[in-house]
Amino acid sequence: MNQITNRQAINDTLVKAAKEDKDIVVVCSDSRGSASLGPFANEFPKQFVEMGIAEQNLVTVSAGLAAAGKKVFAASPACFLSTRSYEQAKVDVAYSETNVTLIGISGGVSYGALGMTHYSCQDIAAMAALPGMRVYLPSDRFQTEKLMEALLQDNKPAYVRVSRSATEDVYDENIKFELNKASLVCEGDDVAIITCGELVPYAKEAAKLLKEEGIHATVLDMYCIKPLDQEAVLSVSKKVKCILTVEEHSPFGGLGSMVSQLISAKHPMKVVNLALPDGHIIGGSNKEIFSYYGLDAKGIADSAKRTLTNQ
Amino acid sequence: MKELTKKAYELRKDVIEMIYRSKAGHIGGDLSVMDILTVLYFKVMNVSPENFKEDTRDRFILSKGHCADALYIVLGEKGFFDKQEAIETFSAYQSKFIGHPNTEVNGVEINSGSLGHGLSLGVGMSLAAKMDQKKYRTYVVLGDGEMAEGSNYEAMMAASQYGLDNLCATVDLNGLQISGTTKEVMSTDSLADKFASFGWHVIEVEDGNDCKQLVKAYEEAKICKGKPSVVLAHTIKGKGVSYMENQKGWHHGVMTKEQYEQAVKEIEEVLS
Ligand SMILES: Cc1ncc(C[n+]2csc(CCOP(=O)(O)OP(=O)(O)O)c2C)c(N)n1
Ligand SMILES: [Mg+2]
Repeated sequence: MNQITNRQAINDTLVKAAKEDKDIVVVCSDSRGSASLGPFANEFPKQFVEMGIAEQNLVTVSAGLAAAGKKVFAASPACFLSTRSYEQAKVDVAYSETNVTLIGISGGVSYGALGMTHYSCQDIAAMAALPGMRVYLPSDRFQTEKLMEALLQDNKPAYVRVSRSATEDVYDENIKFELNKASLVCEGDDVAIITCGELVPYAKEAAKLLKEEGIHATVLDMYCIKPLDQEAVLSVSKKVKCILTVEEHSPFGGLGSMVSQLISAKHPMKVVNLALPDGHIIGGSNKEIFSYYGLDAKGIADSAKRTLTNQ
Repeated sequence: MKELTKKAYELRKDVIEMIYRSKAGHIGGDLSVMDILTVLYFKVMNVSPENFKEDTRDRFILSKGHCADALYIVLGEKGFFDKQEAIETFSAYQSKFIGHPNTEVNGVEINSGSLGHGLSLGVGMSLAAKMDQKKYRTYVVLGDGEMAEGSNYEAMMAASQYGLDNLCATVDLNGLQISGTTKEVMSTDSLADKFASFGWHVIEVEDGNDCKQLVKAYEEAKICKGKPSVVLAHTIKGKGVSYMENQKGWHHGVMTKEQYEQAVKEIEEVLS
């Protein structure tokens, strides 16, 4: 069981880069602990700005810093960062194309029993709708590290969502990574499971369960939701009988919507979207919530079977 | 020992049990705000399970919603629901007693949990009371770290623009938030000057964990006419449990068995 969280991988990558690059600035909103950015703040106090509990200010100050030449990473709980500061992200980050990477921590239902105010199940839809904003949900620590290294190399806006707890490793040190290219986790010709973020390990496990029943599944890790890797989706779609999208998000405007949009235009076939409900989500640990809504390995496998058998 | 103070300490014991069982919650802020909640619910406000459906009831908004734990205990004690159920199921799978106030729980006026909303909600409720010529008052409790949210200052402006003397805010000035002291994170020094310059009547309570001082402050707020009032309650985060007091680590710390027993012992000592 891997113990290293994706947020810690973000901290470690930024700490490594900041040793050389003095233009890297991390900005937090009383969120350095939850973002695991305490070590960064301690090691580089001159490259760390604390804004207090003021997420709107956090985002626009970050844009100001970036406009003046800094490479800014603004980290705050995904729920507040994405929708509380939406106008700021729209105008000052996306529209003005400032070099700000928004890091949404404890995304989806990570906060478990803290309830609806603390769930971020609209962030993909919100952020993806902003022209110029890229949206990434890395699955494991290795992919998170590669993604952060790639984002450090460019100067365009991005939103990165990571979960609170550690996810099982999907890859290892030899991970192949190309920015904006989805990653094939496993291949099978019955059903394609397209997913992202912390649900990728569950989908990988679901593929194993399906295999035991003689069903062959492809799992595509679409960590890059925007720009969506269209080529990967289309190439997978041509090899399978149907597609199941799985995401820790509202059923509207996320990965499922984007895949369905592409498939209906370019290669019409059956796509089923598995997501959280459009309503109050129950409280509990994230694992309990996943299993309640059929987003755990067994739930994903069951949905894949239903999709295949047209139920 | 005075009745309200006694109650506040008994309720502290409940909240400590609730948090120990659930390994969730925000104990530091619960303990700092407990006297404020006790005074409001058992002395100041006209709200009870009997009148909760009537539009004459006073309105209460816990803007620092992460202290739902303390609110649930107070509402349970008030008879809105079985307090023991809240203690036993707080933050559990499928429980309605989630970590922030939500209206599925009887007695909760409105959902909260995202900081910086409560004061604006309070302005809305107070404006509605004026429109309808209703006598109810609206009470909002905020955290001092929360005062960094800019929305609070928009609400402060609007409240004084509309002369909302039926609105009473309280800031739980415990000097701490998650990352450290409010001084080092984002100073909310001179809040008295800030509120006053926005046209509010400011009442400073030197010891915000002293029920008597709090009662006096809310009485003063009630008779102030023409402008909103704010009670700046200087409290101690973690009040009542020596090893938690003024320690940032206890914003949402989880107690070991030994720590739990020590906490209960200290509260019982005050009660005896
Ligand atoms: C908009 C928003 N941002 C961040 C948080 C996360 N958060 C919960 S409690 C807290 C610190 C609150 O400090 P303070 O207001 O001083 O409360 P207290 O000390 O009374 O617990 C933070 C940052 C939140 N709930 N809402
Ligand atoms: Mg505080």
